[in-house]
Formats: sequence, structure tokens, C-alpha cells
Amino acid sequence: MRIELVRRPNRSRAMAVLSPLVAIFLTVVAGFLVFSAVGVDPFRALYIYFIEPLTAWWSVEALIVKAVPIVIIAVGLSLCFYSNTWNIGAEGQLVAGAMAGSALPILFPDFQGPLVMPLMLILGIAGGMAYGAIPALLKTRFGANEILTSLMLVYVAQLMVDWLARGPWRNPAGHNFPDSRPFDGDQILPVVFGDSVRLNAVFAIVIAVIAWFVLRRTITGFQITVLGQAPRAGAFAGFSHKKMVVLAFLISGGLAGLAGICEVAGPTGMLRTSVSPGYGFTAIIVAFLGRLNPIGIIFAGLLLALSYMGGEGVQIELGMSDQITRVFQGMLLFFVLACDTFIFYRVRLVRTPAAGARAEGA
Amino acid sequence: MEMFEGIVLTIITAATPLLFAAIGELVTERSGVLNLGVEGMMAVGAVCGFAAAHLTDQPVIAIAAAAAAGALMAALFGVVTLIFVGNQVASGLALTLFGLGFSALIGNAYVGIPGIGLPKLDIPVLSDIPLVGPIVFGEDPLTYLAIVLAVGVWWFLFHTRAGLILRAVGDNHVSAHSLGYNVIKVRFLAVMFGGACAGLGGGYLSLVYTPQWTQNMTGGRGWIALALVVFATWLPSRIVIGAVLFGAVSILQLHAQAIGVGIPSQFLSMLPYLTTVIVLVIISRDRTLLRVNTPACLGQSFVPDR
Amino acid sequence: MRKSFALAGAVLALGMMAGGANAADKVKACFVYVGPHNDGGWSQGHDTARLYAEEKLGDAVETAYVESIPEGPDAERAIERFARSGCNIIFTTSFGFMDPTIKVAKKFPDIKFEHATGFKTAENVTSYNARFYEGRYIIGQIAAKVSKNGVAGYIASFPIPEVVMGINAFMLGAQSVNPDFKIKVVWVNTWFDPGKEGDAAKALFDQGADVSVQHTDSPAPLQIAQERGLQGFGQAHDMIEFAPKAQLTAIEDHWGPYYVRRIQAVIDGTWKSQASWEGLKDGLVVMAPYTNMPAEVAEEAKATQAAIESGELHPFKGPIFKQDGTQVIGEGEALDDGTLLGMNWYVKGIDDQLPK
Repeated sequence: MRIELVRRPNRSRAMAVLSPLVAIFLTVVAGFLVFSAVGVDPFRALYIYFIEPLTAWWSVEALIVKAVPIVIIAVGLSLCFYSNTWNIGAEGQLVAGAMAGSALPILFPDFQGPLVMPLMLILGIAGGMAYGAIPALLKTRFGANEILTSLMLVYVAQLMVDWLARGPWRNPAGHNFPDSRPFDGDQILPVVFGDSVRLNAVFAIVIAVIAWFVLRRTITGFQITVLGQAPRAGAFAGFSHKKMVVLAFLISGGLAGLAGICEVAGPTGMLRTSVSPGYGFTAIIVAFLGRLNPIGIIFAGLLLALSYMGGEGVQIELGMSDQITRVFQGMLLFFVLACDTFIFYRVRLVRTPAAGARAEGA
Repeated sequence: MEMFEGIVLTIITAATPLLFAAIGELVTERSGVLNLGVEGMMAVGAVCGFAAAHLTDQPVIAIAAAAAAGALMAALFGVVTLIFVGNQVASGLALTLFGLGFSALIGNAYVGIPGIGLPKLDIPVLSDIPLVGPIVFGEDPLTYLAIVLAVGVWWFLFHTRAGLILRAVGDNHVSAHSLGYNVIKVRFLAVMFGGACAGLGGGYLSLVYTPQWTQNMTGGRGWIALALVVFATWLPSRIVIGAVLFGAVSILQLHAQAIGVGIPSQFLSMLPYLTTVIVLVIISRDRTLLRVNTPACLGQSFVPDR
Repeated sequence: MRKSFALAGAVLALGMMAGGANAADKVKACFVYVGPHNDGGWSQGHDTARLYAEEKLGDAVETAYVESIPEGPDAERAIERFARSGCNIIFTTSFGFMDPTIKVAKKFPDIKFEHATGFKTAENVTSYNARFYEGRYIIGQIAAKVSKNGVAGYIASFPIPEVVMGINAFMLGAQSVNPDFKIKVVWVNTWFDPGKEGDAAKALFDQGADVSVQHTDSPAPLQIAQERGLQGFGQAHDMIEFAPKAQLTAIEDHWGPYYVRRIQAVIDGTWKSQASWEGLKDGLVVMAPYTNMPAEVAEEAKATQAAIESGELHPFKGPIFKQDGTQVIGEGEALDDGTLLGMNWYVKGIDDQLPK
């Protein structure tokens, strides 16, 4: 007997829904085994991990706050990945956006009014776009591999913001500690819901819906999909691959920049030496977890945020190490990627010739 | 002169872990598979090598353990991407995430313990030759292994039948399949080899470079190794040059600081990354060289029709 | 929707009951770490102290920690979670946790907060730090005595006042022995990266330094010193195991006694907000045994240490000059704490330029 994969004529809709559920189920089973192995009550651990963060309002809010930047970036990346463009440097574009947007409140601290926030957001988006344009142009002009250039530029951006926050943009009234001046008044992104959910949560939903619409219902979306899945067919139809690469980087870079300025102008409230705890990288995982579907990404973003909070929960209540969280996330992703196979492929059991012959004889 | 000698020695040791990881990834990519999980495999190799050294006191076993651990991690990646045809980019990233977490988890017991280190080769008489002696004959054994590995891979890829098959699989998996080669099997072996090399690179860090284990001690070297493969246009000889160049930039920026050049350290720290980008651009401009050497099926999944 | 609210309410009530029960017999002390609890450096120092407090206070206290919390919004969430899970006193152990601590503390006036290495305090927020510069003055003196070339290699993390203060204290100590002493500084832009710290040590040694000083947390520079037959100083904890022949001494972080006192204050109901900055005298800064040096050098180091502990010697006593020669303070006076905490200039004799 041998297992073989057979391509389905069409993607399976049932499997598209089922596969993430199966993946989560497998992760829970694996988690059960891991927790049991280290001598923790697995039911309690899984409850703390996956359920408890959802049982109190403040922690649901915290969950949303954590998920929002990841979702915004992941939606942009999904467009990118759809067109088979590999932007791994969203983290750098996020930092670039945060720097560009912060320039306003830092260089003009007294500038207040209804114009401030829109300008900061526009600057943030522009910063992310500009930084995303670098690997795009290096790719289209010189053919340089975008995975690596975009990644290398992450380190450059991080060192740049480090320099700014410690050097020229350091708060003059901050005892020489490496933070910018705290933003205030109109320079802070308003809270729209509860205690801590800010305007960027609205952005995340709007962006996801628009992206979904663009991908499904417009010519551009069609071009992105075609070029991504069959570059040659796309070229025949007259779609330019180069334009698409630039467009994909501009969109994903711009959204990462937006996420960046919203973090700085939102929960952090100042420019610090490090802007994000790796949201740009987490978003790559979320984009795939949501299977590059903008609506799926919202759920995937919430799930991943949950896994971070659950990880803190098992630390606090069970005294387990935070490394469990990372192992868990890795496993979840492996399961999702493996289960996705069944959307496009059917598993067939093939009898090996010998076994077949014997069956015939009987 | 002594200072020059010291700097060259330092650069060579800085280049060694990169050389290991990059030469392995080169073989993987030549077979048409892009494994972005190098960082994760290195981390697991580092902790397993360190643990084995601590438990057995046998350098050879430690080195073997590092390689085996890297290969096992790679096998995990192989199962997801080759058998379950999962997306290679995402699976590679997942492998990095998983590897960094997993290495930290199993390494808990080994934090804060000094490692045993490996003896230097130190051939008497020869290593006493001024300048050339210590550099050519006074390295640690793993550095020589890395060089041997690079030469071996070059010979294997371009002078053996098996190497030819591996390249054929990477260039056109459909025709390789129709010629009767088992694409999945070749790729799986190439992925495992890549993992073993990454594991060795990690082992070098925890056994020789700084004999200790701490989480995240790979410090992004896996990503640099990935960049080196493209930098080298998938040619082993250029990997050696690239690794040394990168080692040189990262060491010399420290010297520039120690001398006191007055440039903010953040900008000096950017140099290795900027160099990579710039070199990548320069290399990529030579389209013919790239066309000849880039594995045409890089990153594409393959499912045999029958 | 209503049902889920009810459920949330029930769980919350349960949590509060549990918190109440805790308060009756045990004080719960909670710790937020920026790195892994066993990072071999900063966070491990706090975790060792947590265990020390647990041991000293026995049944009176219960502790918990979260590790690897990035500075920023994540910190706020982690602190708030602690505040809601019945902690009576919460220690946030990284500079970047300052604003999140202040924010959460406003919401929970009954809980005590303690933030390490910052400068903001509130009614229920104390800031605490240790005078590590006292130890740096001593190792400066030792370095100037044992160095043959008269050059030390300084592996620095980030140009913040704490680190700059350390470099200055080291230099003032060294100059008190050898006015022509030189230091070479490399900023590695990390608190912890064995590979990079080791590379920096190699570069400094190659440039003629023969003793290493570090304000980063891994033992890698000492390992390099040992390999080269040179010497150096450990950081954060005793690293003698990593470099039995190379370590001269180490400046150890001992937060334990402080934690015991503060938690005891919560138990006794005497906790008050303050800005605490203690040093050698109070046992927060401890010098590892003076090893691998001539006996008379060790004796002199002990004498300096005793003088600092008794208050007879202040490492930043005048006259002190900046690099450009301007006098900061005259004979017979010492720099005040405010100036030290915001220090962003080098003393005269340091050739390096401070990154701006």
C-alpha cells in the first residue's frame, strides 16, 4: 500500500473550511501531549491557553489591540503573496512608517488640531511605501532577490530608528533616556471602543473588506491572481509582472507603515528604540494561516494573538516557560500548511503491484 | 603584523558558521527547494551539539549530534513541503519559529554552563611559521571541515553523476521525473544535507565560537547564510568568498569603532546588511550568470502525476 | 451575548475571591522580565532574587513571573494581567516598562508597583536601581594596575546614561592609579549576543587592549580573554566558571535583599513610594572574589570598596572635567544623583566620541 496525492480538478470548498479546523484540532492534540509530558494537567493548561483570555472584557480588548497591527500587515502581505512576490521585510516597512509618521509630532511638538492625525497617518503610509519600494525596484531593475533584500532592510531600519530615538530625536526633557518626547492631544490615535481599542481596529476591518473586494471582484484582483499563479498566462494577457511587483510592494509596505505609525501614535505614544515586537514577521504567518484570504486573516490574527496571551497565561498560572508558546505556534503553522494540501489534493491509497496481484489471485 | 594576523584569524572564525550553513543551503536550493528555516536548524544544532559535548565530553559525538539534529529538523520541513506539498516559504519561516522555541526549551538545562571547546589543530613547526603558520595551520578542526565540505560539494555537484541528477531535479523537475528520477527522494536528501550543514554551523557557534549555550545565540546568522547563497549565484567557490567578505565587514566595523572613527555605531552595524544588499544587486545584474546557475524550479512544489 | 457576559462576570468574581483569599494569608509578588528567566544576565539576576525572596520569606509570600515580554504594548498587557490576577506587588524589571507600569498603576491604586532603572514614580509606584558605578570605579583601579599596555577594551551596549556613567566611573578609577590610562570603546548595540560580544572582545584585544570590561551580559568576552591569556571583568553575575584564569572580579547584581525588604514592607503594611538607589553598602551591588591578581592589588581593591561603603570615597568626587576640559565640579564636592542619572558626556581622558 502506498499513499499518493492526486490533484483535484477544483479546490475543495469543504476542505477549505475544514482544513484550518483540523489543523487547530491537531495542535490541541499535540498540545495535550506536550503538556502531559511536562507533567501539567493538560485540560487546565489548554483552558488557560485558549479559553481563559476570552473570559474577561479587558483581555478581549488586549487581544484585539495585539491582533490589529498583525492583521493590517498580513492583509497587505496576502496581496503580495498572491502575486507571488515575497515581501519578508514588512517589519522594516513598519519601522519606516513609524519613523516617517513620528517626524511630525517630534519636529513640531506644538502642532495640534484635526489635521495632525491624518497627516501622521499619511506620512506613515508614505514611509512604509517608500521603504517597500526599495526591494521592489531592486527586483524589477536589477533582478535582486526580494526575499533577501527586503529582509536585510529590516535590520537597517531597526538600527536607524535606534539611532533616531537615542540621538537626534531623543526627548530633551527625558533625562537622556532613549525615548522621543511623548505625543499628546491630537497626536494620539483616539480610542474608539472600551479602554484601549483604537481607531486602527476600524482600519483593520475596512482594509480587510476592501482587500477582499479587490481580490474577488475587480480586474486588478484578477490580474494579481493570474500573474501570481500563472505568470506566463498573465504575460500573454498583457499584464506586466514588473508593475505587479511594484504595486504589491507599495501596498504591503504602505499597510505595514500604517500599522507602524498606529502603534507609535497609539498604545506606545512615543517613538522608542524598538517599534514592534516582530509584528511584521508574525504577519507572514498570519497571512498563510488565513490562507491569504483577507477575512480569514482577521480570524488568523485573532488566533495568533490568542496564542501569545495564552502563552503568558500558562507562564503566570502554571509557571511554564514562554518557549512553549513559540513551539506551539510553530506546530500550529506546520499543521495548517500540511492540512492545506487537502484543499488542492485528494489522498489516494494505491495498492502496490504485489499486493494487487495477490488480491486478484484470491 | 600580529594585529593583522589576529584580524585575519578572527575573520575566518566569523566566516566559518556562515560557510557551513550556506554550503548546505546551496545544495538544498540546487535541488529546487528553498528552505528559509536555516536559523531554526542552526539553533537546534547549536543546543544539541552543546548538550552532547556536555554529556559525553567527546568532541566528535558533539559535532555529529549537531549535524544530526539539524538534519532531523530539515526532515520535518521535508515532510511538510515535499510530501504534503506545503508552501516552502511559509514552512521555512515556521521552521525558524519552531526551531528557536524548541532549542530554547530543550536547552533550559544547559544555560550558564561553560562549554568544553574544541582543541585547535596547531601542527607543530608549521603553525610556528610567522603569519602564514597560525592562519593556515592553526585553525580549529571545524574550520577545515567547512572548507573540505565546500570543495566536496563543488566536486559532487559538477563532477559526479549524482550531482548532475540533483541539478537536473532543481532545474526541471518534470523532465527529471519523466527520465525516471525520484524527484521527491532527491530533494528530501538534499534538504536533509542542508539541515545537517546548518546544524554544524550552529554547533560551531556553541562549541567553538563562544563555547556556551544561550537561546537566540545564532543571532540572525541563518539569514545571512541564505543571502550568501544568492550572493554566490549558487556556486560553492563564491560561497567561500562571500562568507569571508561578510565576516570581514562585521569584524572590521568593530575595529573601526575601537580606533574611533566617530560614526554612530548603528550605522557601522548596518554595514554587513547594506553590503549584502549592494553585492546582491551587483551580482543580480549579470543576468547570464544568474540564468545559468539559478535552479529554475527553486521554491516550486512538485507532485508526481502518477 | 448576555450569557457570555454572565460567564465573564462569574469568572471575574471567582478571580477576585481567589485574590482575596491570597491577601489574607500570603502576599503575592509578581515579576515581569524583558528576557528569558535564565538569560545568564539581567533577567536571570532578577529571577535569582525572586527565588531568594521566596526562600527568605517562606510561607508569607507567593511569587510568579512572566518572561521575554517585549517593551511596549505587550508589557502593559502583561502587567495588567498580573494586576488582575491577585498580585499585591509587581516588579517590572526593565527600563522600557516605565510608562506601561505608570499607566497600569493608575488603574489599580491598591496594588504596589516597583519599576527598575527608570525615573518616574507615583503614589503607588516606586523606582529602584543600583549604584553599579561604585563597582566600576573599583574595577577601573584594578585594570590600571594589572594592564601592561595601559589600555582597556570596553564592550558597551547602548549609549544611555547608565552605561555612560559606568564608563566614566571606570575611567576615573583607572586615572586615580594611572593618569595616562586609555580605554577603547566598542558599542555592540545589544545587551546580549555572545557572538557579537566575543567579536568585539577580539577586535579590542587585537588593537592592543589587554584587559576587557563589559556592559553586556554574556560571558563570551571573558572566554576570549581566557583563550588569549588576557584578563577581564565579569558582568551581572560571577562568571568565574567561564573564565577561571581570566576573571579578575565581577560586578554582581543582587536584587534579593531589596526584594525581601520591599515585600516585607507590603506584608507589614508599611510600603511607601520612593526613588531607591542603593549600592555596595546595601548589598545590592556585590563584588565577586578578587582573583587572578597580585595580593596587594586585591588588598587595595578591598580598601577602595570599604571606603566607598563607608561613604568616605565617592567615585564621582571633584574635580571632574569633561572631554573638552570644562570643569563640571570642583575639589571637595561630588556629582549629585540627578546629574549622574542623566549623564551624557565623557570625562577627560576618554578618546572615544559619545554617539549622539
